[in-house]
Amino acid sequence: MTDPKIPTTTPRQSATFTQDVNSDIRRAAATGIYDIRGGGAKRKLPSFDDLLFMGASISRYPLEGYREKCETSVTIGGLHAENPIELDIPITIAGMSFGALSGPAKEALGRGASMAGTSTTTGDGGMTPEERGHSDKLVYQYLPSRYGMNPDDLRKADAIEIVVGQGAKPGGGGMLLGQKISDRVAHMRNLPKGIDQRSACRHPDWTGPDDLEIKILELREITGWKVPIYVKVAGARPYYDVTLAIKAGADAVVLDGMQGGTAATQDVFIEHVGQPTLAIIRPAVQALQDLGMHRKVQLILSGGIRSGADVAKAMALGADAVSIGSAALIALGDNDPKYEAEYNALGTTAGAYDDWHEGRDPAGITTQDPELMARFDPIEGGRRLKNYLKVMTLEAQTIARACGKNHLHNLEPEDLVALTMEAAAMAKIPLAGTDWYPGKPGTGF
Amino acid sequence: MQTIDLSEIGLREMNKMLHSQADQTNQTAWEIINPKGAHAIACGLNAPIEVTVKGSTGYYCAGMNQHATVNIHGSAGPGTGENIMSGKIVIDGDASQYLGATGHGGLIVVKGNASSRCGISMKGVNIVVQGNIGHMSAFMGQSGNLVVCGDAGDALGDSCYEARFFVRGSVKSLGADCEKKEMRAEHIEILQGLLNEAGFDADPSEFTRYGSARTLYNFDVDNAGAY
Ligand SMILES: Cc1cc2nc3c(=O)[nH]c(=O)nc-3n(C[C@H](O)[C@H](O)[C@H](O)COP(=O)(O)O)c2cc1C
Repeated sequence: MTDPKIPTTTPRQSATFTQDVNSDIRRAAATGIYDIRGGGAKRKLPSFDDLLFMGASISRYPLEGYREKCETSVTIGGLHAENPIELDIPITIAGMSFGALSGPAKEALGRGASMAGTSTTTGDGGMTPEERGHSDKLVYQYLPSRYGMNPDDLRKADAIEIVVGQGAKPGGGGMLLGQKISDRVAHMRNLPKGIDQRSACRHPDWTGPDDLEIKILELREITGWKVPIYVKVAGARPYYDVTLAIKAGADAVVLDGMQGGTAATQDVFIEHVGQPTLAIIRPAVQALQDLGMHRKVQLILSGGIRSGADVAKAMALGADAVSIGSAALIALGDNDPKYEAEYNALGTTAGAYDDWHEGRDPAGITTQDPELMARFDPIEGGRRLKNYLKVMTLEAQTIARACGKNHLHNLEPEDLVALTMEAAAMAKIPLAGTDWYPGKPGTGF
Repeated sequence: MQTIDLSEIGLREMNKMLHSQADQTNQTAWEIINPKGAHAIACGLNAPIEVTVKGSTGYYCAGMNQHATVNIHGSAGPGTGENIMSGKIVIDGDASQYLGATGHGGLIVVKGNASSRCGISMKGVNIVVQGNIGHMSAFMGQSGNLVVCGDAGDALGDSCYEARFFVRGSVKSLGADCEKKEMRAEHIEILQGLLNEAGFDADPSEFTRYGSARTLYNFDVDNAGAY
């Protein structure tokens, strides 16, 4: 018996061994396998939320909402390609693999993107007729695995994206677990059904920037120099990666920060490798400027883009366009609370569901199960995505007009202030209310 | 026979000319002179033509080939015949690394040796090498056949799937999950067919077959050391 006269201390949870951490340890101890999941980094990171636009004032006058034009179009890949991609809005749909996503989900992405006047992108596993058929502008990914890679599809593409890395897993390959390998996926990838499909982390036939230049030459020769060639890199060493991609002859660089989603990889990889999206833009833009290529080679930024405010901030920092993956899936219906009971049955809750690799998605998007897939209507999904893309565009225009810009591209770093020292240092934006650029030599301290 | 002097017309014009040959072209025989190790020669061909390159080639010669036959009268640089879909590539000399990488179909014949990563990630291509091949060959090979009349280097067939490897000489070491397999009548037949197609006079019974032990097909923590 404890003596009631002696006060007890309240039970104290450790800040080091949190309930989350302990559950990870217990899971590892029980299974002997690291945790694999989809999505991007879930930890709190310095982000676009830590930046604000100042808006117009006496020294800058605004444009009239709805009356004075604020353009949103962007041309990608005009440097070397005969047929650059012309987009009505600077928000593209990122590459997501058929295999990770169902055929109807890919179709919906194509439908929504086309209605909104933008492009969509294939992914690991190759091009499906659904997405080619429903996408006005389709970017064909050229990945290390080369699953489903064939020159006929290459020639059908409106642009080619050589994937070097993904923000969620810089330096990592991929894995599609056996349970998601339907006959169709297996056939497209030329592998037996039901076995794990590993995607290599390096390209099989080139290594390093000098080889990349020759690889780009080969792809251009095969496609007659008609379509733009993008290079996609993770936000690892953005200054050098962007420099090398430009020198290798890329028409555009896709730069993906660590909040960027993935279909499946190790949780430890997602949370501990890579740099926040906010931190990678300025070095990338610096690389473009140092080579005299800013606005000539386009920079497409991705990793945690959710709203028109994010779009506007990315563009103010120097991006030409952005790309969305996770947000597009949510617009289609991923993690919708209307399936809460089913998420609970899977041991999770709406908003937190990320075991996409297991193929049991209640929303029918990240699955190859015919019954679950049938829940998802690609026409309705396409309409929802179009709406969402339009809203993001309107939001970005609202901000741009308030800053007195008649084109989203005219947004500039000088329109921004930072709320935190971290964000100020990463985005090279002054801390709000000060002239202080933390980390910038010669600006005090 | 049409002769193209690469040093005169340049790569773009040459490939354009070859690409414009339709299925039913009468101009089926082409000769390329002065290749001087240029990259991307005759890549992306898509017609039943025969192209003979008089000399050595750089990277990615005959890359993604469909239907065409490409003869290289010299040695071939890295990634020759990468992602070949169909048709045939014959290399008189040696081949550099990544020969036939990710090839989905067709046949590649090497009269000399092939370097490292020969047939890496092969997805249906057949490769027949008269000499030796280098290390990490057929890494993650998915399907197709790799025939080696000489020796194979380290880590043959690492992490392979259903591709088959036939080696007449020694294998320095096998990669993870690659093992020696029984040579059954059906394999002798496949091998004989490939040797005939390549024009190599070798006795199939002298070869050993290797392939996947299939222990890495589904993740198992007890195999973690092999990954
Ligand atoms: C389900 C899913 C599948 C993906 N598949 C691929 C892929 O096949 N190739 C690739 O380069 N990136 C892939 N990605 C990453 C996206 O292209 C993109 O980089 C990322 O989603 C952007 O970040 P966001 O999700 O925060 O918008 C995938 C992402 C998701 C969510």
